[in-house]
Amino acid sequence: MLQFREEGIYFPAADCYIDPWKPVPRAVITHGHSDHARPDMGSYLCHTLTKEILRHRLGPDIQVQTLDYNEPLHINGATLSFHPAGHIIGSAQVRLEYKGEVWVVTGDYKLLNDGVSTPYEPVACHSFITESTFGLPVYQFSSCASIYDEINHWCAQNAKEGYSSVLIGYALGKAQNILANLDPELGVPLLHGAVFNMNEALTRSGHLFPGEWLAPEIPADRLKNAVVVAPQSVLGTSWLRKLRPYRIAVCSGWMALRGPRRRLSVDKGFALSDHCDFEQLNTAIKATGAQNIYVTHGYQAVYSRWLREQYGLNAVELTTHFENNEEAITGEDQKTPE
Amino acid sequence: MKDFVTLFQEIDATTKTNAKITALVSYFQHAAPQDRLWAITLLMGNRPRRPVKTTDLRTWVATITHLPLWLIEESYYIVGDLAETLALLAGDQENTEAPVLTLTELLQALQQLAGLNPEEQQAFITRFWMDHRGEDNFVFNKLITGNFRMGVSKQLVIKALAQYIGQDEKAIAHRLMGKWDPAAETLESLFGERTIENKAYLPYPFFLAYPLEGAPEASLGPIGEWYLEKKFDGIRGQIIVRNHQVFVWSRGEELVTDKFPEFDRLKDLLPNGTVIDGEIIPWKDGQVLPFAQMQTRIGRKKLTPKHLSEVPLIMICYDLLEYNGEDIRAKTLEERRLLLTSLLALPSVNSVLQLSHLLEFDDWEAAAQFRARARDFFCEGIMIKRMSSVYETGRRRGNWWKWKTAPMTVDAVLIYAQSGSGRRSNLFTDYTFAVWDGDQLVPFTKAYSGLTDKEILRLDRWVKTHTIEKFGPVRSVQPELVFEIAFEGIQESKRHKSGVALRFPRILRWREDKPASEANTKEDLRALL
Ligand SMILES: [Zn+2]
Ligand SMILES: [Zn+2]
Repeated sequence: MLQFREEGIYFPAADCYIDPWKPVPRAVITHGHSDHARPDMGSYLCHTLTKEILRHRLGPDIQVQTLDYNEPLHINGATLSFHPAGHIIGSAQVRLEYKGEVWVVTGDYKLLNDGVSTPYEPVACHSFITESTFGLPVYQFSSCASIYDEINHWCAQNAKEGYSSVLIGYALGKAQNILANLDPELGVPLLHGAVFNMNEALTRSGHLFPGEWLAPEIPADRLKNAVVVAPQSVLGTSWLRKLRPYRIAVCSGWMALRGPRRRLSVDKGFALSDHCDFEQLNTAIKATGAQNIYVTHGYQAVYSRWLREQYGLNAVELTTHFENNEEAITGEDQKTPE
Repeated sequence: MKDFVTLFQEIDATTKTNAKITALVSYFQHAAPQDRLWAITLLMGNRPRRPVKTTDLRTWVATITHLPLWLIEESYYIVGDLAETLALLAGDQENTEAPVLTLTELLQALQQLAGLNPEEQQAFITRFWMDHRGEDNFVFNKLITGNFRMGVSKQLVIKALAQYIGQDEKAIAHRLMGKWDPAAETLESLFGERTIENKAYLPYPFFLAYPLEGAPEASLGPIGEWYLEKKFDGIRGQIIVRNHQVFVWSRGEELVTDKFPEFDRLKDLLPNGTVIDGEIIPWKDGQVLPFAQMQTRIGRKKLTPKHLSEVPLIMICYDLLEYNGEDIRAKTLEERRLLLTSLLALPSVNSVLQLSHLLEFDDWEAAAQFRARARDFFCEGIMIKRMSSVYETGRRRGNWWKWKTAPMTVDAVLIYAQSGSGRRSNLFTDYTFAVWDGDQLVPFTKAYSGLTDKEILRLDRWVKTHTIEKFGPVRSVQPELVFEIAFEGIQESKRHKSGVALRFPRILRWREDKPASEANTKEDLRALL
């Protein structure tokens, strides 16, 4: 029912591609991260809350059509609908139905409730396309709430010792999760331009997050003991210099491992993830009742073998271009719009 | 052991020396007395022996997690560190009812563990895993996998101990030399006043030279204030004669007397209370032999007279630390050398002890010319020591410098990449390089270091997109990239496909200006032999 083409995952019945990586006439977008929402599509179909993100990222002139969660769209006898993926604001699993056969393309998703994005809902289907970013049993994420507590505690401790706290997280998703859960006692957080601009865009779809822009001319005493939220791209750059003295933490699922944590040589790593860990993936897959599982970006070979052997599912690995997604923690190609 | 885990984490979390010292001192102040001694041995780098087989550990973690062994292996491959993998898999649940072990109790239990049968070992270890949090399990696993390492240098530990005990660092360093058993010592027996008298075999901590970067005339001033000597490629050692006995120590603080029977006669030739510092080198018929020959000899379990006559060893002596039973490290090098010269004037010792000759140059320029051709003089560069310097401990800047000759280099093609371990576990950081042999590329060396973090990332991405084949963790890549490889020495080798073996190979730079076709050839490499 679906075809895996050069341009992306193709749904012939409705003549559209899901998260295509090459320009196509009709693109269905699971969520606003740049490895899923790419420029130059003829038209975009996405969840209502993703629209402003796309316009912010790809320009105000793009053609966007939106749907709410669980709102079906009928095209030539096929049905398409969006369902909460719990990944970031507006993130959706795409349910595709044609002649009684149902597929679900997850994009990115997680089962843990981050308190900001609409919580994940399982969708019954025959075939399920899942990511596997953290599809190894060494990944066991704690609840987001407990990590927010740790972050707040860390920031408070830093302020007490006379340090600012720099929290590094992706400008879309992680940044808002942190901001929405920061202890107000820590003061109004300061935002890197990329985060500030993203928040501005989200305001247009009704989301309000605390924080003021860390402008170049910001007075020095405002920086004292402050909490700063910035994207990965500032690591190792002079942007950080004016924040001295500071301590810096990266918020990413990769921080569960010591190697990546040490490689970034930051003071602290919080394993706060927008993706499923191993158990979440297992739970999600069992809940769909699907027999055919296509495993994409991440540990697809290992994880699909696990699904075959443990649950007897018809699981195969699918090579996609969703590499170095937003959880990627290093590399220059992680350019964030300023 | 909780307080030790906390210490581990505090040290792990910072790169700042002062924060590490504060953490160490605070640990010494609060830990149980016997725990301090066990902690000191661990901190000084004496790892406990591995009491169990690592394959057993994988099987046992598979049992408690109900995961297949292959998935444990895959996880280990990604994480790159067995102790961490096991800790991540074993989970993070603490059993507050479980008995609390002190560090001493734990380490003693681990010593006994080796003698238990596998079922008993499994019971002990899985019990521990299930009772403890991930952070405790990580440290525990480091101890049972035999690769425990704390992010502190010996010097830092010595500094912290000096602060805590209130003695100077030299005294602390001296008393910590060599092997000692934490179960048999107390802080008093280790650091008390009478320690040195009771331990005739104790060497002095070595003073190590710092590599000189840049031209000496700018940083070192007039050449007349310095002693310059050949830098030999041997084994740094100390020869001790006390109580009519000879002890030979290597720089790695190993007592290696048995490996050097030729020095035994010194007990009758040198006065008691003599400690000489120098370089042990293979020497025959007035000539230096290749380093590898000495290595082979040292590796032998049994030394026959034939081995001894084939590769005789001598010490090139350059310093005297103890004279007539007196510690003379606080005298100037000029004074120490005078005493050393008088001691070695005894012709009977000269068959095994030779004075390191001073190199005489009019100016730094002349020294630089010698350095450039150091290999022609069978040495690897020049040692530069301030005549007025005292004998310090550890590696310090200022008074002793090593000025090594420039390495040999060749341009080579990257052909295999392998992911690193530990902190580089998901990056391709281990590389194999080849040179041309006709139109074939023959691998001749591996190199791990020399690129910047940025370059490693770029290369990692390149490897992922230019892979030809995967063999386990190794990938063969398209032969396109050229790197300049530097090394200190090159020798004929039958074990290597290329016919040569390199000493200390490393990447000097990424030659993005060169296509693979312009890399060096096997003949170029052999010409350096
Ligand atoms: Zn995403
Ligand atoms: Zn993604």
